Amino acid sequence: MGLLGSLRNSISQVANTLFASDAEPKRIGIYGPPNAGKTTLANRIARDWTGDAIGPESRIPHETRRARRKENVEIERNGQTVTIDIVDTPGVTTKVDYTEFLEHDIEKDEAVRRSREATEGVAEAMHWLREDVDGVIYVLDSVEDPFTQVNTMLIGIIESRDLPVLIFANKIDLDEAQINRIENAFPQHETVPLSALEGDNMDEVYDKIAAYFG
Amino acid sequence: MMAGIEHDSADGVEIELISGQRMHDKTSMEKIRMILDDVRSGNIVILEEGLTPDEESKLIEVTMTEINPDDFSGIEIESFPQQTATGGGFLSRLIGSEPSNAKLTVIGPANQIHSLQKDDTLIRALISGK
Ligand SMILES: Nc1nc2c(ncn2[C@@H]2O[C@H](COP(=O)(O)OP(=O)(O)OP(=O)(O)O)[C@@H](O)[C@H]2O)c(=O)[nH]1
Ligand SMILES: [Mg+2]
Repeated sequence: MGLLGSLRNSISQVANTLFASDAEPKRIGIYGPPNAGKTTLANRIARDWTGDAIGPESRIPHETRRARRKENVEIERNGQTVTIDIVDTPGVTTKVDYTEFLEHDIEKDEAVRRSREATEGVAEAMHWLREDVDGVIYVLDSVEDPFTQVNTMLIGIIESRDLPVLIFANKIDLDEAQINRIENAFPQHETVPLSALEGDNMDEVYDKIAAYFG
Repeated sequence: MMAGIEHDSADGVEIELISGQRMHDKTSMEKIRMILDDVRSGNIVILEEGLTPDEESKLIEVTMTEINPDDFSGIEIESFPQQTATGGGFLSRLIGSEPSNAKLTVIGPANQIHSLQKDDTLIRALISGK
């Protein structure tokens, strides 16, 4: 890139920070029960718009044990750019039993360590929800029963804070997926079906993110 | 634990039904402390009026900080949806009181409650002996 080109670039960067982002990007928390596909979704969003990922995905529950943030994710929709920070959170639960990790061929010491990290992470995620997020994407596994107390409580907490929320019915690539059941569980909110793993219906996902959190 | 009464809960499960009135003048943290102290000593707590969403979020947070291997693995919790209780029953209409936020809530120790099932009108707890 020539001198002029890089000069033009840095000018446009300055202009961007001066004019485009006069408001702080909204911080969008990705919440939901363990194993719903939150990190898979966060990674897909980050990869699609920034080129790199947020964190490891795994079929072992409580893989994410610290809230992780990806800043300034710029999503382009219909010529408009929506900038958000995405926060991938540990799956929320009211109980963590370290012996469950043992079933995944994890040694006791490691299982105890993981469960301690998981509990710290969930506590942290609850704190974020009360203080530090401007909107929520609530991810559910469409194969699982959505009528759980944790889901009901979490949606109740989100509603009581007046946060904009989208329900994502994930894993629609699986035969047993039941999107209707999720729509019926939370009729007061918009449900968007998707497969974060396969990338199905991501256009609608980004349309809705831009519309709700832009 | 009720003031002044000593419990022998060596075996058997104790169930405490806590009236809304008993909770009214408590702060959120006092309520959460009371619930977790009860649950951690193996009891099942039934709250006549439940908790606010904010209190529920703090309950989850504090529960998480208290979980430790081989001692406390967390809680099970179920409650009836707010709507069923806020309809303002016959009594509250008669007295003309504000519709309450009552939502009957059951909370117990996760390691002792085998399952907590719920349908629209019933919560069923399956408790395993220690
Ligand atoms: N079939 C299918 N599997 C998915 C999909 N999204 C995620 N998964 C799988 O579900 C498992 C859990 O995915 P994660 O993204 O780690 O789930 P999480 O919600 O972040 O889980 P925690 O961090 O443990 O709370 C992994 O094995 C993923 O590959 C999907 O759309 N379809
Ligand atoms: Mg994760």
